[in-house]
Amino acid sequence: MGRTLSEKVWDEHVVRSSAGEPDLLYIDLHLIHEVTSPQAFEGLRLSNRRVRRPDLTIATEDHNVPTVDWDKPIADPVSRTQVETLRKNAEEFGVRLHPLGDAEQGIVHVVGPQLGLTQPGMTIVCGDSHTSTHGAFGAIAFGIGTSEVEHVLATQTLMQDKPKTMAVTIDGALPDGVSAKDLILTLIAKTGTGGGQGYIVEYRGEAIRELSMEARMTICNMSIEWGAKAGLIAPDETTFAYIKDKPEAPKGAEWDQAVAHWKSLVTDEDAVFDKEIVLDAAEVTPFVTWGTNPGQGVPLGAAVPNPDDFEDADEKVAAEKALTYMGLEAGTPMREVRIDTVFLGSCTNGRMEDLRTAADIIQGHHVAEGTRFLVVPGSARVRLQAEDEGLHKIFLDAGAEWRGAGCSMCLGMNPDILAPGERSASTSNRNFEGRQGKGGRTHLVSPEVAAATAVRGTLSSPADLTLARA
Amino acid sequence: MDKFTTHTGLGVPLRRSNVDTDQIIPAVYLKRVTRTGFEDGLFAAWRNDPSFVLNNEAYAGASVLVAGPDFGTGSSREHAVWALMDYGFRVVISSRFGDIFRGNSGKAGLLAAKVDEKVVQKLWDHLDDNPGAQITVDLESRTVRAGEGPDAIEDSFDIDDYTRWRLLEGLDDIGITLSHDDDIATYEATRPSFKPVTLHA
Ligand code: SF4
Repeated sequence: MGRTLSEKVWDEHVVRSSAGEPDLLYIDLHLIHEVTSPQAFEGLRLSNRRVRRPDLTIATEDHNVPTVDWDKPIADPVSRTQVETLRKNAEEFGVRLHPLGDAEQGIVHVVGPQLGLTQPGMTIVCGDSHTSTHGAFGAIAFGIGTSEVEHVLATQTLMQDKPKTMAVTIDGALPDGVSAKDLILTLIAKTGTGGGQGYIVEYRGEAIRELSMEARMTICNMSIEWGAKAGLIAPDETTFAYIKDKPEAPKGAEWDQAVAHWKSLVTDEDAVFDKEIVLDAAEVTPFVTWGTNPGQGVPLGAAVPNPDDFEDADEKVAAEKALTYMGLEAGTPMREVRIDTVFLGSCTNGRMEDLRTAADIIQGHHVAEGTRFLVVPGSARVRLQAEDEGLHKIFLDAGAEWRGAGCSMCLGMNPDILAPGERSASTSNRNFEGRQGKGGRTHLVSPEVAAATAVRGTLSSPADLTLARA
Repeated sequence: MDKFTTHTGLGVPLRRSNVDTDQIIPAVYLKRVTRTGFEDGLFAAWRNDPSFVLNNEAYAGASVLVAGPDFGTGSSREHAVWALMDYGFRVVISSRFGDIFRGNSGKAGLLAAKVDEKVVQKLWDHLDDNPGAQITVDLESRTVRAGEGPDAIEDSFDIDDYTRWRLLEGLDDIGITLSHDDDIATYEATRPSFKPVTLHA
């Protein structure tokens, strides 16, 4: 019987397997940041262990770094301690680090692909659940906890039970103005936040093949939001073209060998998935969340749902709680929801295409009165390139704030947070209670919706702007 | 890591579903670089609420948390497990756990016992009727017990064999893996040279 893509990649990395035990899996690339690594290094030190493969390890500062005044000492003492600890550990254990101020600093999941370190057929881990982002290249990539970080540092392996496999086939083409973010939010709303639990998901079908690498990353990024262990997409010419000539991409004869191998990384025709889901891309519309988990979403054209309409008792209670927290009334059209802050950024939507899309929409408009628009590039490289293209000017002219790279308001560990009760439209991936600041209310949106919302001050799509102009 | 065979401790009903790791410990507490002392961040957003169950005197000293479905979903932060353990919990009982959370628990020595939803309901009712009641979680026989007489609750819980064995033996992961060092070296010798590296001579 044939094998699925993820089974092929898995099998290639099994160092040791024994009945009744998890497989011992080799890890090709280990990404590190300041928040989940200090205790791992502390553990190594306590037990007199070394980093087995510093040459397969890379660190960057992202989760709690400031996005203004990054050339000055970090004001927040705790953030400063974490960042300093990472610097000390990188130095002591010989790990490559891209610190604040470096051109390659940025969100770990933006940095890996843009350096060309993320390649098909790899196993990639990081102490961060959105490691699934790297699956866009046909890699098995997933988040791990700090003790697993220590385990990978010490052994370059992980003990893992082989997950089940699921195929999500997206047929047809996405309508104009509808993005990968709308697609993944729609999928999560359909399956629920636990729908992917226990699976490595392969996204496939016409709509997926048509997506750019950056859009594929947006899809894979949010795999964890519907519970999947990882999400991946078969590598193809789009993938190869993206990697080619990146700083750490294979060169010369090794490039040819690599591509030959990468081409074998597809699901065999007779392979069987444990589960399959099919979705029609043509039905997807701009999508926004109304609640406090990423599965609580509706089309932008719809209204805040009524908890009584949920058949499942748990969902009904969850909806009631969410509406209270979010300060929303059932029946209010989503388009009438007023937004205080728009956040464009994160490892979901903080890459070049996202900034270009948003800049294109906001050009010639101004941010609405009473709304602030925070634009936070995913990496310093993205920021520099955007500045080369003049995008920062477009944002600044429109009244937006142009910031340094990092996770920023995605998780509110740096000073970029919402005040209690403040409402955001955010291109990030989590709308959990308090995620963007205690009492903050988050609506997850695409970069398109983010930009249009910034202009109108209420949840909007770019189409609303054209109508308004006409 | 301490061995875990059986544990009897005060149970506390957490009547909430979908308690993600942001709620177990908000991100702001993740800024520390130490391995202990995270108990103050546990359920921080709810601790100011006098009606929150952990603020009820009757549950002081609790070590067995009985939670609703989908406990520990969301972010991979292991601090969630540390915060629970630093607070004094040895066991969390739920009908469904987030995958990463469950993995992290086994590694740190916190038992994540998966039971039928009905068992959670029975335990909740029992704890509400008898605040301060004890729950026994026996890892050897994979059973959870509470109460006495005709209303006694006794049921089985799920845990994979491997995690169970490690908890019973108190084994640390890295030590186990390093005993297979030869296998790792053999594997490394066969890795293709086109795979990327982060350091260049
Ligand atoms: S941008 Fe947000 S989701 Fe992505 S790594 Fe940073 S905190 Fe995590």
